[in-house]
Amino acid sequence: MRNSGWIITLAAGALFTLVLSGLGQDALFRIHMGIITVALGLAAVVVMRRPDEARIPAGVVEADKAGYFDAPIRAGSILTVFWGVVGMLVGVVIALQLAWPDLNFGPYLNFGRLRPLHTSAVVFAFGGTALITTSFYVVQRTSRARLINDNLARFVFWGYQLFILMAATGYVLGSTQGREYAEPEWYTDIWLTIVWVAYLVLFMGTIIKRKEPHIYVANWFYLAFIVTIALLHVVNNLAFPASLLGSKSYSLFSGVQDALTQWWYGHNAVGFFLTAGFLGMMYYYLPKQAERPVYSYRLSIIHFWALIFLYIWAGPHHLHYTALPDWAQTLGATFSVMLWMPSWGGMINGLMTLSGAWDKLRTDPVMRFLVSSVAFYGMSTFEGPMMSIKAVNSLSHYTDWTIGHVHSGALGWVAFVSFGALYYLVPKLWGRKELYSLRLVGVHFWVATIGIVLYITSMWISGIMQGLMWRAYDTLGFLQYSFIETVEAMHPYYVIRALGGLLFVVGSLIMVYNIYKTIKGDVAEEALTPATSGAR
Amino acid sequence: MATIEKDAVSGQNTTGHEWDGIKELNTPLPKWWVYVFWACTVWAIGYWIAMPAWPTPNGFTKGMLNYSSRGSLDEDLKAQKQSRSAWLTKIEKASVEEIEKDKALLQYAMVGGKVIFGENCSACHGAGGSGAMGYPRLADDEWLWGGSVAEIEQTIKFGVRNANANSRQSEMLPFGTGDKLADQQVGQLADYVVSMAGKAPAKGSPGEAIFAERCVACHAEDGSGNKDLGAPALNNQLWLFKGGKDGITAQITKPKHGSMPAWSERLDASTIKMLAVYVHNLGGGK
Repeated sequence: MRNSGWIITLAAGALFTLVLSGLGQDALFRIHMGIITVALGLAAVVVMRRPDEARIPAGVVEADKAGYFDAPIRAGSILTVFWGVVGMLVGVVIALQLAWPDLNFGPYLNFGRLRPLHTSAVVFAFGGTALITTSFYVVQRTSRARLINDNLARFVFWGYQLFILMAATGYVLGSTQGREYAEPEWYTDIWLTIVWVAYLVLFMGTIIKRKEPHIYVANWFYLAFIVTIALLHVVNNLAFPASLLGSKSYSLFSGVQDALTQWWYGHNAVGFFLTAGFLGMMYYYLPKQAERPVYSYRLSIIHFWALIFLYIWAGPHHLHYTALPDWAQTLGATFSVMLWMPSWGGMINGLMTLSGAWDKLRTDPVMRFLVSSVAFYGMSTFEGPMMSIKAVNSLSHYTDWTIGHVHSGALGWVAFVSFGALYYLVPKLWGRKELYSLRLVGVHFWVATIGIVLYITSMWISGIMQGLMWRAYDTLGFLQYSFIETVEAMHPYYVIRALGGLLFVVGSLIMVYNIYKTIKGDVAEEALTPATSGAR
Repeated sequence: MATIEKDAVSGQNTTGHEWDGIKELNTPLPKWWVYVFWACTVWAIGYWIAMPAWPTPNGFTKGMLNYSSRGSLDEDLKAQKQSRSAWLTKIEKASVEEIEKDKALLQYAMVGGKVIFGENCSACHGAGGSGAMGYPRLADDEWLWGGSVAEIEQTIKFGVRNANANSRQSEMLPFGTGDKLADQQVGQLADYVVSMAGKAPAKGSPGEAIFAERCVACHAEDGSGNKDLGAPALNNQLWLFKGGKDGITAQITKPKHGSMPAWSERLDASTIKMLAVYVHNLGGGK
């Protein structure tokens, strides 16, 4: 039988987790292992039936065999879209819960469980799948080399999907170690570590056997992302399981050391997952779509090393005015400010690559996504250092301003650059001449952009208002507002925020339709007449 | 490959590298970028000199400004205390009754009490003391443990049904278990309490006899309650939990009991005085 190795491995894995489920010390562990058993079992059946290859045009598969290994990239393109929609939908739900707390349906659908589901679904499921998918594509093209091992690539890609499933179901069931952006329990962490080391071997190996004399800048960034996330993930999750058959573990850190470890991890997850990784994406897809040379090789070297060196220090700025020693707060703030220009190096290189091709902004909506993403990136990497200055932070911290800041990066930068990359990738991966409809890409762009603007402006206003209300004193020296009054004041902005998020989801659903039709091989009527083709 | 070309648009040379059709220009670093980067670095170094910054083997560099966030907080708190001291010393010395008699002091306590209430009490008792199911309304004249300003102060200080030695304690007996009433009797009793709450007690009903036997010790013969025992009045339409026959039946069978923290463990005496005065003046003080 074809794929017998995979079928045996998956079945053995399912049996193993079934045994673990039976031996489990607590109900959570047993249920969780049961879910994994079902997932692995289903995967074994799917592999046995092999449904996918028939639908892909013969020519494309031939290219796979001859040159690059694109099967996981095709699956990844679809799953990136899927996780994006899921993560954003959960985001809309929790935004509505904040506006109308009656929408909490406990215990499984409480805000407390859905919030980590949202953050992990967008950062790790959507963002992570986008990064793995595009890194497979980029490293092969820019190294002129096939991924070193097909099975290793399959393991990395599908192993990561299993991690997503374990994390997501764990959150809803209530399995959490309570570390922000690192909520999964010890056994899920160990699985991710195994997958991640395999990813590093795969990526490094492919770079090593490249047929180009130099390593392209996009690969530097992808590699920095992979190496640093491995380090961050392992250190932050050092913990001792209460039982090897139980779902609970205890962190090796405590007190302020724990807080600092968590934010060293948390901030660098932003720095190396959401910045370095996506800069890798930008450095390939933006010049490809613009068909222009990268603006400055020198800038790319300097800003890469400056970014890598400075980012790792900036975490303490999340702990201003806490028990963290003053000296650590100082270092966090100053390194964040020094980080401003290294971050902007990527923006400059992205925007200036368009010189000589600015007219494409008018004619090419995919280009609009990529360029706007770089603009949002520039905005939030200015906002971040500003908010890390202690005087500003004393107003902004713990308010919605932070949420707005994160989303200008997450929606404007991370999601937009991924959308641009997806629109570029999908026709190529399925051997289509062009997208189903460029007009729909344009509609997606504007709906999503209006969504972002509503989101971040409402959070700026409500965040700054909230900060000012918290610190307002009356003439007798009493606080002017009670906490509940500040919550009441934010209600209208919460509604606007939810509306902004909803628009963003609507935009993504337009993309789902467009990509579905492209994969099917349809071409919308507008594209058929040369006069209007690409004129939007 | 590795051929250096001149880009027609920018006039810059390429580096000669090419990957999948992507080339790179050898443009020098933008001047403004370099200057701003250095300016940020100089600012950071200045900050390190002024403020606590780098760890050393025996501590950390203290910085020329001798700043510490703990010291700065102490100063802020001192200044705050100073600005309030004129009033607070008066509050400290006066009893709650005296505060209420002094018009200026009363006004001050009301303003302060509102803030303190908003931060500490409104989560359960609602903004403005409107109450909620299980959490007594403080804006009316129905009091479980007494509505004089001194009694309110006492309740705030030590709370209700908590671990504090002076906490107010009381518990209604469950008549669904233990010293049990039959279901039929519970129904008759509930009917009687409903009639009592409607200000027309059903004289001669079987419920009245059960009430006289089991309930009067705490709730009094006319159902007016007993504030020393925290026994609520039953002869009106105000209910802490659910009213009506269903609600009363549930409470007789398996009584619910709320609890309240002893705020003297968290707030200082002057703060509690202002709070008591505020609650007393919410509308229903006795």
